[in-house]
Amino acid sequence: MSERKIVDAKNTFCPGPLMELIGQMKMAEIGDELEILSTDQGSAADIPEWINKVGHEMVETSENDGVWHIVVKKIK
Amino acid sequence: MSSDRISVMVTAGSREQLQMAAMVASVGAVSGNDVTVFVSMNAMKFFVKDSTEKAPADGEMGVLLEEKNAPDFKELFSQAVEYGDAKIFPCSMAVDIMGLKQDDLESFVSEPLGLTAFLGDASEGQVWHF
Repeated sequence: MSERKIVDAKNTFCPGPLMELIGQMKMAEIGDELEILSTDQGSAADIPEWINKVGHEMVETSENDGVWHIVVKKIK
Repeated sequence: MSSDRISVMVTAGSREQLQMAAMVASVGAVSGNDVTVFVSMNAMKFFVKDSTEKAPADGEMGVLLEEKNAPDFKELFSQAVEYGDAKIFPCSMAVDIMGLKQDDLESFVSEPLGLTAFLGDASEGQVWHF
């Protein structure tokens, strides 16, 4: 399995974390997993919505101490 | 992935309006929609290259956007183009009246567009105005 890349988008607001994730996704290889860190609750809901809409794979999501961790696998 | 046309007209020069327009354009574009942005009136000067003027806040929300480190609206428009192939057109009237040339505008801005063409683009799909 490819290494999981951390995208730290803490302390900004929607749609900042989504845009940071997309920027990193563009550079990632198919099959790579990215873990986005966000302190913005709106983004925690919106990013999975985007993942489903564009057809990547949602791996897992969790929250710890006000930081959401959303893991996505690049499919295409 | 469904693809829809989204047309965004941006005329207001306030931070809140520019921010919301940039959010619709960027999120719309990266979600697979065909996004066209038409910039005119008081919004136009914020698309001039290297302009350092800050968009004034309409109210409390505009102040908070800055204090809380919300994404910069120009950056979001730029990402709409880079990540989502949005097209951002300056209104040809605004460009003429301000005496601007293409080189005076931000690099993510396309060549000037007339209202007739924009209205043609906007005749299908969602239309948003800020």
